[in-house]
Amino acid sequence: MNVYLDNNATTMVDPAVYEAMIPFFSEVYGNPNSLHRFGTQSHPAITQAINQTYKAIGASDNDDIVFTSCATEANNWVLQSVWIDHILHGDKNHIVTTEIEHPSVLSTCKFLEDQGVKVTYLPVNDQGIVEAHTVKAFITDKTALVSIMWANNETGMIFPIAEIGEVCRQKGVLFHTDGVQAVGKIPVNLQEVHVDFMSMSAHKFHGPKGIGALYIRDSQPLSPLLHGGDQMGGRRSGTLNVPYIVGMGKALELATTDMEAKMSAIRAKRDRLEDALLGTLEDVFTVGDRSNRTPNTILISIRGVEGEGMLWDLNTALIGASTGSACASEDLQANSVMLAIGADNELAHTGIRLSLSRFTTDEEVDYVIDRFTHAVKRLRAISSSYAIVQPTEGGAAAACGIHH
Amino acid sequence: MAKNDLLGGSLWDQYSNKVTTLMNNPHNQGEITQEECDSAGHTLIVADFGAESCGDAVRLYWAVDPQTDTIVASKFKSFGCGTAIASSDMMAQLCIGKTVQEAVKITNIDVEMSLRDTPDVPAVPPQKMHCSVMAYDVIKKAAGLYLGVDEASFEEEIIVCECARVSLGTLREVIKLNDLKTLEQVTDYTKAGGFCKSCIKPGGHEAREYYLVDILSDVRKEMDEEKMRAAADAGIHGNFETMTLVQKIKAIDSIVDESIRQFLIMDGGNMEVIDIKDSPDYIDVYIRYLGACSGCASSSTGTLYAIEATLKEKLSQKIRVLPI
Repeated sequence: MNVYLDNNATTMVDPAVYEAMIPFFSEVYGNPNSLHRFGTQSHPAITQAINQTYKAIGASDNDDIVFTSCATEANNWVLQSVWIDHILHGDKNHIVTTEIEHPSVLSTCKFLEDQGVKVTYLPVNDQGIVEAHTVKAFITDKTALVSIMWANNETGMIFPIAEIGEVCRQKGVLFHTDGVQAVGKIPVNLQEVHVDFMSMSAHKFHGPKGIGALYIRDSQPLSPLLHGGDQMGGRRSGTLNVPYIVGMGKALELATTDMEAKMSAIRAKRDRLEDALLGTLEDVFTVGDRSNRTPNTILISIRGVEGEGMLWDLNTALIGASTGSACASEDLQANSVMLAIGADNELAHTGIRLSLSRFTTDEEVDYVIDRFTHAVKRLRAISSSYAIVQPTEGGAAAACGIHH
Repeated sequence: MAKNDLLGGSLWDQYSNKVTTLMNNPHNQGEITQEECDSAGHTLIVADFGAESCGDAVRLYWAVDPQTDTIVASKFKSFGCGTAIASSDMMAQLCIGKTVQEAVKITNIDVEMSLRDTPDVPAVPPQKMHCSVMAYDVIKKAAGLYLGVDEASFEEEIIVCECARVSLGTLREVIKLNDLKTLEQVTDYTKAGGFCKSCIKPGGHEAREYYLVDILSDVRKEMDEEKMRAAADAGIHGNFETMTLVQKIKAIDSIVDESIRQFLIMDGGNMEVIDIKDSPDYIDVYIRYLGACSGCASSSTGTLYAIEATLKEKLSQKIRVLPI
């Protein structure tokens, strides 16, 4: 049985979304900015996608939602343009973010630091989130922007966006949230929270890859990142990616219709999987309070089993999961989220993330419980952490040697 | 960056078949107990290297025949990724049948080479080379325990590049002998920095004690200093032409003080050295007359010839003296 439990990385395109996209490749292919009928033929579908998107996140008609190529573009856009508008051409010089943002935020912040911007990277608490009072304490009169994710990709932990938004509103500081792991997974209503900018990405909620969006409250000023033919009201140039915009709207509609029911169905499977693993295996624990987690995510630490080794065994069992283990990354850098939560360094090397979707079945959950347990058993049998014979006197290892 | 780097290969696709086979079914995984060794008259050695908090740890077990120092049995336990398991397994395998003294000579390169499917294709991608280095480290640890010596005594030199096992001494020597100027040259000549790349400069996947970039700049600096010292030594021994500018000024000043100034002062004048310019054929010494000399008729004839002749005789035939 093939089981895909890496839905925080990307998701399957819902067949209904794919269906909706098909006409806009070879039938309705005109450029929507052309005057002729070939171009305008796509307008109803684009309008529908725009309406679906506004409705799904509770945007008002005074707000802008600009389609982008991905959330990485949206994140880069906000950070780089706030830098240009409020730091280079303003009197601000400071950005507040967290240690555990997505690389598209962290790397852009590092780039801005190279340009002379001061960036504060807030640490997370043992639940893996940043509290509003922490944010408040670090905002100065030089702060141009606060950028904090709505939910974390590794842990699924949900940040107090309403409170942080209120702090930013009171302080008169712009607030951007990377909503990639929240939109389509948990209720996101921008009528109820104060957010100036929000990034999102279709492929995290069963839409296609290569399409995302940036929400901009009250159509407020933000210099474009992409200059050109003034598409999207001049906010983001580039020919509209019609089939993907249609797909994103459809996917968002599907994800947010009857959302409570969808969430509780996923949560039931997630909880069953989590309970089974915690109940069957010794020396394992999961990160973060379930009630404040996206309903599809488990981050589990397995003592004595290195993450990449575990991923290897799961892959052999045809299960796709993910690890924050340093070993599995190209650069061997220890995972920032794991280290940030950091009560125990070991967690950085033993964490396995299982992320479900509305397409995950009960049979798949059963299969994963069985194979996961089996893999832990095999690897613990090899693991030095579970060895019985102790080192010869003088043979114990010192703490981290030079190699790590 | 080029076409082949656009997608970036899958880490796992770069493992050799031997690596994947041993990852799935390590042959030498397990423990050796004191009871087993006691009954066979063997010495049990158990050594750890690494730690879970570092990301990988290995425990090596040897049953050694004390009569011959031969490793009769060798097993391992590993907390690590698949390549750590495969490397440990191969390492344990390579120890069997060797004496402890022979086993110490097993290097990470031996382990990695034994894991290759074909001799010229690496068994693991660069960032996994360190797994075989751990295997090498734990052998030294075990051997040190058995022989009752410090494991550091097996390490003849400071190793800068663990992957290619290039020592600090080798690097310094090669840079000097070949007058290497760039990091690329250093890698070409020594292979250091060619694998996991973490020894090239800070910021790689692991922190290092020595970095190639620092070694190169230190050695280059030393080479420059040596050149200067050579020039200075040459100066002391009277070779004016190879002296540094400052040495030349000092040398001229001392000749002026010694043999020239007194005659000028007697006539109510003086002089100072303004500048020295080297060209292939001449060393031009610019001087300025002071006091009575500045208006004196012979300052551009007899006096000037006398100054030039003295400097030529004492220092170099290439000297020309030019009053300004």
